[in-house]
Amino acid sequence: MKRNNNKMLIPLSVAALTLGMTSVASAATLDEVKQRGNLTCGVNVGLSGFSSPDASGQWQGLDVETCRALSSAIFGDPDQVEFTPLTAKERFTALQSGEIDVLSRNTTWTATRDNSLGLNFTTTTFYDGQGFMVSKDLGVTSLEDLDGASICIQSGTTHELNLADYFPSKGIEISTVTFDTPDQTASGFASGRCDVLTSDTSQLSALRLQLPDPESVEIMTQLISKEPLGPVVRQGDDQWFDIVKWTVYAMVNAEELGVTRENVEQMKNDPPNPQVARLLGVEGTYGEQLGLGNDWAYNIIAQVGNYGEVFDETVGANSPLKISRGLNALWDQGGILYAPPIR
Amino acid sequence: MSNPSASHVPLWRRPAFRALIIQALLLVGLVALITMMVNNALTNLDERGITTGFAFLSERAGFSIPQTLIDFPGNSTYGRTFIVGLLNTLLVSAMGIVAATIIGFAVGIARLSPNWLLARLAAAYVEIFRNIPLLVQILFWYFAVLQALPSPRQSLSLMEAVFLNVRGLVVPAPIPEAGFGLTLAALAVAVVASIAFALYARRLQERTGRALPVYWCGTAMIIGLPLLAFVISGAPLSWEIPELKGFNFRGGITVIPELMALWLALSIYTASFIAEIVRSGIQSVPSGQVEASRAIGLSPNITLRKVVIPQAMRVIVPQLTSQYLNLIKNSSLATAIGYPDLVAVFAGTSLNQTGQAIEIIAITMAVYLTISLVVSAFMNIYNARTLIKER
Repeated sequence: MKRNNNKMLIPLSVAALTLGMTSVASAATLDEVKQRGNLTCGVNVGLSGFSSPDASGQWQGLDVETCRALSSAIFGDPDQVEFTPLTAKERFTALQSGEIDVLSRNTTWTATRDNSLGLNFTTTTFYDGQGFMVSKDLGVTSLEDLDGASICIQSGTTHELNLADYFPSKGIEISTVTFDTPDQTASGFASGRCDVLTSDTSQLSALRLQLPDPESVEIMTQLISKEPLGPVVRQGDDQWFDIVKWTVYAMVNAEELGVTRENVEQMKNDPPNPQVARLLGVEGTYGEQLGLGNDWAYNIIAQVGNYGEVFDETVGANSPLKISRGLNALWDQGGILYAPPIR
Repeated sequence: MSNPSASHVPLWRRPAFRALIIQALLLVGLVALITMMVNNALTNLDERGITTGFAFLSERAGFSIPQTLIDFPGNSTYGRTFIVGLLNTLLVSAMGIVAATIIGFAVGIARLSPNWLLARLAAAYVEIFRNIPLLVQILFWYFAVLQALPSPRQSLSLMEAVFLNVRGLVVPAPIPEAGFGLTLAALAVAVVASIAFALYARRLQERTGRALPVYWCGTAMIIGLPLLAFVISGAPLSWEIPELKGFNFRGGITVIPELMALWLALSIYTASFIAEIVRSGIQSVPSGQVEASRAIGLSPNITLRKVVIPQAMRVIVPQLTSQYLNLIKNSSLATAIGYPDLVAVFAGTSLNQTGQAIEIIAITMAVYLTISLVVSAFMNIYNARTLIKER
């Protein structure tokens, strides 16, 4: 597993932008990826459930599965991905300079990021919100009780901005303690440097499990922001933008149509309805329209799974995090997950 | 008689002219290279739809910073985050330079002490702290020492006024009342008087050879005069004692643990190098100088202060400058423990929130360059003063 020297990333990327003669944006990312034979994907340095290396050094998590699905769609093999772990501060520069092809790193979709960084947010893979984790023996029940508290936070996130928006407007005085990575933030909280840990609730569930005594803390139900997380690509390559977007849509559509890893083979041989036939490439040229093979979605589902399966295994019911589907359920099951039809 | 052949040498073979041409070509090349780089960056950024320019400096930053030396309200701009970060860098650098110099000189001199134990302790200090990477030392002080302190409710306290806990060191804040100006004025007078006295003493010594107790008199004046004024004006100073309210201490001044860890690590690490520089400087003074000064009856203390140190300074100062510059640049490791220095606040959070990497990195590099050049300039002036006066 190649590990980049992250400390040098920003200077190198700046150098690339200053000295680089080639124009990365105008080149077709798909052609480059095919020529190179693998996909480089920026992920979190370590956030269980979303992207973290397991005991054998393999990357695991929801964000990782998005990249693997993309690799399946392009190469018919989920393992042609090189993962580049990035801190929150490094992620955008790495994508802008062409260091990575896609950024799948629990990144919140905001107007500034979408419009002024030369990047495009493709779609949302996880609807999240900023929450707060406190020690149970503090007896805090609402955010109004946090007057005077110190809050641990990761630098370079939207959470820093949300915090500065929310508390002053309520007349609540807080002090922040800023760390570079989720691990450092969690250890700051564990050592008592701060009373409260704030982040996306999904991250809080993951960080809670890393604490020495997970039972001693609770995640408050109050949320202060909308945090739609999803993969990001560079602006100016519409084909690549479509491929990433439709990879996610294929997974969501598959769940909606009841196509799973187990039954995908059988459904391909004998499609129960035209929607499934179109999804699995039995009918139409939906893959070719993207510049891929027509079995692109079949490969994704057979090798990675549909959205529901991936969700359950990485962050949901079958994972240690046990995050409920909530907003991330399908639109016809009480959530807001809604993919455009393949037709 | 002038050289007749000079006027016959063709222009292009004259060394002075050739040198001029080469320098001009180099300059043109350099300017062209920089122009190309700037142009290239602008074109690339524009093609990718990335916002450029310095307009972001006047936009609202909208995040908070744990330690600010100037007022930092919620609607502050990115420009102000730059100032806050810069001041925090300067604060820890200045504190580090002072502490490293004091520790370094003490250890360096101790290493040459005839006392066996003292010399070995000093040697051990140097070998331990200069051989452990600075980042490891910073992490050690922060995570192993300061984060192991008790929570605010179980703070270690000194006379119920000074508290030490995992959130930092909380000390009472002095609140000047009406009439405190008199004490400050007395302090100013005492400082001016001490300087004047020192100048007079030096001239007296140069003229007559009689030495006056400058250090004792100066110290007595600087401490005594303000103290006298303070008592006469009725002790117009109250203290705001920190109190535990809710989650944290309220009132008083809090020194955050990130600052303490960084300061300790930078001072101790740099001091180990300074100690070696001081030792080598002292040892570079020929032993004949010491023997001669002892032979004319000067005490060991006077020998060190008046004979050895002034000559050693010539060797010490240039290397000391490098160490100071290293310390300032090393302070950017602050980002590892979340101390809000220039790199963490401006080249970190601000960069990430605005996405304007080139502008921000360029500003940050320019700042470190400027600080380093200013420190170098002052040290060069000092160095020029300690040089051997060629007569």
